[in-house]
Amino acid sequence: MTAGIGHNVPRVDARSKVTGEALFTGDLKLAGLLHGKVLRSPYPHALIRRINTDRAALLPGVMTVLTSTDLQDIDPYYGHSIKDRPVLAIDRVRFVGEPLAAVAAQDEITAEQALSLIEVEYEDLPAATTLDEALSEAAPRLHETDTLRPGLFHGLGELHPQGNICYHHAISRGDLAEAFKQSEIIVEQEYTFPAVYQYAMEPHTVIAAWEGKSVTVWASCQHPYLVRAELADLFDMPVANVRIIVPFLGGGFGSKSYTKMEPITVGLARKAGRPVRIANRVDEAMVTTRRHNMRCWMRTGAQADGTLLARDVRFWMDTGAYADNGPRVVATAADAAPGPYRWKSFQIDAYCVYTNRPPAGSYRAFGATHLQWIGESQVDEIARQAGADPVEIRIRNLLRPGEEVRPGGKLLDADLVGDVQKIATALDWGSPKPPDTGRGIGVGLLAAGARPVSTAIVRMEIDGHATILVSSTEMGQGVRTVMSQLASQELALPIDHIKVPGGDTLITPYDRSTGASRSTTLAGMAVHRAAREIRHQLLEIASQAFEVAPGTIELRDGAAWHADQSLSYSELIQFHFGFTGGELIGRGEVSPGGGKGSYAEGPVFWEVCIGGAEVRLNRDTGRLHITRLVSVADVGQAVNPHLVEAQEMGASMQGLGNALFEEMVFDEGQILNGTLLDYHIPTTEDMPDQFISRLAENEDGPGPYGIKGAGEGALAGVPAAIVNALADIGVPVRELPITPERVWRALKDTEGERDDAWGPPSTP
Amino acid sequence: MRVEIPNGDDSPHLRINLKVNGQSVDTSIEPRELLLDFLRDRLGFTGAKRSCDVQVCGTCTVLLDGRPVSACCTLAYEARDRELLTIEGLAKGDELHPLQQSFVEQTALQCGFCTPGMILTAKSLLEEISHPTRQQIQRYLKGNLCRCTGYWNILVAVEQAARRLQPEGQSESPA
Repeated sequence: MTAGIGHNVPRVDARSKVTGEALFTGDLKLAGLLHGKVLRSPYPHALIRRINTDRAALLPGVMTVLTSTDLQDIDPYYGHSIKDRPVLAIDRVRFVGEPLAAVAAQDEITAEQALSLIEVEYEDLPAATTLDEALSEAAPRLHETDTLRPGLFHGLGELHPQGNICYHHAISRGDLAEAFKQSEIIVEQEYTFPAVYQYAMEPHTVIAAWEGKSVTVWASCQHPYLVRAELADLFDMPVANVRIIVPFLGGGFGSKSYTKMEPITVGLARKAGRPVRIANRVDEAMVTTRRHNMRCWMRTGAQADGTLLARDVRFWMDTGAYADNGPRVVATAADAAPGPYRWKSFQIDAYCVYTNRPPAGSYRAFGATHLQWIGESQVDEIARQAGADPVEIRIRNLLRPGEEVRPGGKLLDADLVGDVQKIATALDWGSPKPPDTGRGIGVGLLAAGARPVSTAIVRMEIDGHATILVSSTEMGQGVRTVMSQLASQELALPIDHIKVPGGDTLITPYDRSTGASRSTTLAGMAVHRAAREIRHQLLEIASQAFEVAPGTIELRDGAAWHADQSLSYSELIQFHFGFTGGELIGRGEVSPGGGKGSYAEGPVFWEVCIGGAEVRLNRDTGRLHITRLVSVADVGQAVNPHLVEAQEMGASMQGLGNALFEEMVFDEGQILNGTLLDYHIPTTEDMPDQFISRLAENEDGPGPYGIKGAGEGALAGVPAAIVNALADIGVPVRELPITPERVWRALKDTEGERDDAWGPPSTP
Repeated sequence: MRVEIPNGDDSPHLRINLKVNGQSVDTSIEPRELLLDFLRDRLGFTGAKRSCDVQVCGTCTVLLDGRPVSACCTLAYEARDRELLTIEGLAKGDELHPLQQSFVEQTALQCGFCTPGMILTAKSLLEEISHPTRQQIQRYLKGNLCRCTGYWNILVAVEQAARRLQPEGQSESPA
């Protein structure tokens, strides 16, 4: 049967994933493959006085040792937003874990052994390992700001780095002073958000094979085309000489967005003249990328009846030693800061700050996760002071479709009131609550879609089967299934006649990236258009074959029908070519159309970030139990409802982890919980008692059939909901994660009987 | 278990015998070789994955004499003279095991990296307790992390498989 949109078809990759057949980058075998390991800095900030690799190079089994001196024939700096990062440290290391040398050997153990034979002489430098230190007048400077160059994909206007601030983003509307003057209720607080580890279960893995003037790279990367561009730029070759092949990813969540371990691996392969694999371990993945920790000050003003008037926000995000995606995270956070409300005025000042910590980049729902719980907790505080119900106050102040979210941005394209009502219903809002039980809701918006640049090719072979060439990365979200369903719908072709092989830049055409909830909407539109081209060709051929007008022909179940006559697609293609070979090719693209097309306006769509939580508090221990977790996926139309719900639950659970216990703890730049023994992510025992995922399908998205993306929003919505549920029981939250100790201390503060004899507070 | 290495043998390799997915394997290994590397690199069974390296995540889980072990923290030598089941040995030809079938039907996987270990642990659970309660499943699967699904569909799939594995003639116990 055809399995177009709206059907809960099983994932097309499910069978291969339950049998162990599905191949990830680390499962691939290549003849002559060497294994690479990376020597990483033990200092947060130090000069490299000397590196001696002689002894390592002499170890039997070692093929190549690489340092920055081997990269002097190229411009060895990369970074898609700011070109601030050397492939291997040059003269200076800036964070604990920074790569400064790499070894390729016959096996990993030998490579590891060789690392211990590399002698490095460091000269310790003063370090700025926290936001406060980095922002102080006397702070050591991480980079010479006047020499920083924009990266290939910064897309953020002029960079004006200053001191350790690598990027500043400001948005505002209206007369802020006047709006606060009119405010009868004003809420003002400082908040902190911790550094968080994405934990894609498969750590970054790359294989590179250098072949004369070109290179083939198998990589666990989300954005093969952006990695290709950065590698071509680094190693000074035409983009077509860099081939990136992307097998299945063992999770991404942003941790595999943009360039990560690829440059070092290619550098090793170039020097070794043999294929090299680098497979990060978890402790290495943790210092490769992470979520930004943040300090935020926010003030919100409202009328006495709870009508929102003004919001003023300043926040500083710690992007670590290199910018990675920090500037974009900061800009997206600024977009999320006002929240989805109608304001007389708001002002957002956002800063991206270098520190001597591992670089921070993308993590699912970045920016919104940082800001939403803060803004939403202030809205609830205003509701309490105004004596209004949190649902009621939201419905009164929420933006309606077509209203402006931020100056110059796309107008709101979602029914937020309907979404809030769905959450309230699922939470039994207003019904009596058991003792020590609170309920909360968090709603917000995330600028989604990144750049609207995607292309796709659909090939229909002589046997009537179709292959979709699209570069979206399958990292668990189900993109191969979704693309199959979109093509099945348009081609009227059974889903088992459709193949989606995965990204390979030599074969599958350009797609900007897999992230920002964009694939179903944008790459999906490209696939939809490519399939439609084939549909037109099939109708044209059938009209010739049947000698009737195309309008009288129907495509159904892999065949063209005219009255009770039918010809299979295979027969049509054979008729067309007059031969038992040949194929139809359809192409589709999405672009801003020179700034005038329907995708010219940013963001591509506003992703709704919404969650609801019911929590029970143990007053003796401060421990929280989540009795109910609710989210709504506002998707326009679900291609595969079951897949959407499954992704929502995954995002909700990550939100639960981010809210309740996930935190990378640093001390003077050293990570103290750098393995999964110490860094806790949600397990089956952390699950809520009830887990509810709802769909909102209003066909209001910019994708085919009114589709818009999803999969991230709940991660921002859930922490906000949990924070508000806790405030509902009288426990204010200013700092994530909400550990039992913090809850217990807040309880004691509230009850005025805190006893500090228990020990120092856990907050550094 | 106690590992005995023959005295005075300084050869870098040990010879072991074991059964992997029903097939006899007679091979030599390095004394320090981890079961995970043995399976993935020497035998080519790449279904067991490497993630945490410290026996926390469960993605390297295989069944040794029917019991789940973390292959990342088990020496290959410890598998000598024993029976090993990896995910590659679970289906009977084209016919999926009921757990595999339920995982497919319930969308109990996304990226699929944890899936082989998750299914094998669940198999061990259902052999111990044919109709586990939801709490029992949660307790048993605690050592198998999944970052994609939020676990809900995994629990549903395990419950469905439990019902399917119930021998004929016996009544279904409530979930």
